[in-house]
Amino acid sequence: MWDFLIPLFAATVQSGTPVLYATLGEMMTEKGGVLNLGVEGMMSIAALAAFWTSFTTGSPWLGFMAGGIAGMVFGGLHAFVCVTCLGNQVVSGLALTIFGVGLTHFLGVPYVGLAAPGFNPFDFPVLSQIPVLGEIFFKHDMLVYFSFVLPVLFWFFFRRTSFGLHVAATGEMPAAAAAAGLKPVVLRYFAVLAGGFMIGLGGAYLSLAYTHLWTNGLSGGRGWIAVALVIFAFWRPGRAVAGAYLFGGVMAFQLRLQAVGTNLPSSLLLMLPYLLTILVLILSAWRGRRIDAPAALGTNIEPEG
Amino acid sequence: MLKIRKRDEPWKWGALVVFLGALLFSLLVGGLILAGHGKDALHALDLLWQGSFGNAWALEGALLKAIPLFLCSLGVAVAFRMQIWNIGAEGQFALGAIGATWMALTFPDLPRYVLLPLMFIMAFVFGGVWAFIPALLKLKLRVNEIISTLMLNYIAILLLDFLVFDAWKDPASFGFPMTPEFTPGAVIPSIGNSGIHWGLFFCVVVGFGLWGFMRFTRLGFELKASGEGARVAKYAKIRYGMLVLFVMTLSGGFAGWAGCIETSAVLGRLQGSLMVGYGYTAIVVAWLARLEPLNIAFASFLLAALRVGVENMQLELQIPAAFGSILEGMILLTVLAGQFFLTYTLERRQGGE
Repeated sequence: MWDFLIPLFAATVQSGTPVLYATLGEMMTEKGGVLNLGVEGMMSIAALAAFWTSFTTGSPWLGFMAGGIAGMVFGGLHAFVCVTCLGNQVVSGLALTIFGVGLTHFLGVPYVGLAAPGFNPFDFPVLSQIPVLGEIFFKHDMLVYFSFVLPVLFWFFFRRTSFGLHVAATGEMPAAAAAAGLKPVVLRYFAVLAGGFMIGLGGAYLSLAYTHLWTNGLSGGRGWIAVALVIFAFWRPGRAVAGAYLFGGVMAFQLRLQAVGTNLPSSLLLMLPYLLTILVLILSAWRGRRIDAPAALGTNIEPEG
Repeated sequence: MLKIRKRDEPWKWGALVVFLGALLFSLLVGGLILAGHGKDALHALDLLWQGSFGNAWALEGALLKAIPLFLCSLGVAVAFRMQIWNIGAEGQFALGAIGATWMALTFPDLPRYVLLPLMFIMAFVFGGVWAFIPALLKLKLRVNEIISTLMLNYIAILLLDFLVFDAWKDPASFGFPMTPEFTPGAVIPSIGNSGIHWGLFFCVVVGFGLWGFMRFTRLGFELKASGEGARVAKYAKIRYGMLVLFVMTLSGGFAGWAGCIETSAVLGRLQGSLMVGYGYTAIVVAWLARLEPLNIAFASFLLAALRVGVENMQLELQIPAAFGSILEGMILLTVLAGQFFLTYTLERRQGGE
């Protein structure tokens, strides 16, 4: 039993990691009051940017950064359309996804099937010696360890720094924030760009650590799952971790079932994560805590004059 | 220094100017992307033009693709008008195709005038149910419809995969994932000797039907009024919940019809190549058309032409089909940004103000 469960849980952590990065990124964006539905497109293009950079420079770290920057650039596009030009946030995000996924398919053609240097798992000193937990959590690559710290930083930023409070204020009541002398537009840009960077890191994880190969459709709906998880997590980083690993678990489980070989057709197994997303939304709506959403989420700030 | 000022009255031809500007800008950037890719951009754009509008054959191709786009986008638009974000046209399209195929495979020997209506009814029911589910979840449990409709897209495509790879697979297809070919009774015929099928006529009927419905019926009026949101609807004593369910079902049913037409008239069987993203392009079309049925007809033709043009580029220059998505996404983004100028204008700030 443990022989089956421990590798499954370890795989859960690994497949949950890119979703965790993206969920935190979207949460950051939404905390600032901007809904970004471009996550799927941003993860795709970031995965390619990361792969390409690592492929040409030979440095996976540069690749990882390139993924983040690609996410940030796309976030910048969204911020320009919504925050500066007051475009509809839902439609802009969708357009960004269509654009990003298309661009990825277009630019990625020459690299399909090629490998790039990526991040390899290693035993984390000391901690990997802990029985069971060490096996599950501390035999991964560097990016997984980094993702353990990120939710804590996220929490600290919004709860303990005044800048974090300012960003959250523009997500709750931009007018009041402006009256208090803050610059909501600048703060919103910050939230979208920083969030975009994290979403990009999630994309980079896919091509540099999850696989070391380039294939089309690498993000496979993970971006949308991240958007759903932000709702599930009630905009709290701790619950984002739980949600991301829940998904990681289902994905790992479904891959394992396919590998073992069952009578169930693979297309039905592949539905599991998507069915779970709907289920998770139903469950979180059941608890009826809509109050946790940033009050000004999805509404733009009208300029004066 | 420039200053933002709200316009006193709306910019009359603004929407058209913004749209054309966005189109031009996107083609320019698209050309630059191609040039960066080592292709002759001018030649490529010429191929795009030739492929879209260059000859009768191209126009016919565009008209064919405009049919499913028009129906999907009509569906998307009625939902968007009520501020219900139905992103699920792609899945509802797939379900419509599945419903129609189910009829075509179950009653292959029925005459056309019985079988085709049966297929259309079932396509509407299947597509409608696929949209009804998220509507119900939204109303009863406040489940975000953007996510639920999107997830149902993925599920629908996997369901279609399951059917063509497993349950409904043609034993005589040499392992190819497809259902058996439809009997003649299940195929929508062409109009005369042209390459266009009667689905076009169906689109015209549905388009006018919807227009008349919105304009002359009480329900249509309520639908428009509810576009302002649930609270306004409550003041006007409109049963908002019922309306959401109705509109979503209608929306899904339209996409379902598109799926039925595409399967029956174009492919003649169910197979994976049915799913080429019409459901997502339909969102672009609906928004570009500002959710107006007549505009939707033009916009779906235009984006269909763009798709045909990109196919032409793909054949001649081996440019990936994804170039079409790049253009679509870019046009929509630029239009959204440009719509700023419909309500605001920039003017030089007066000194000493």
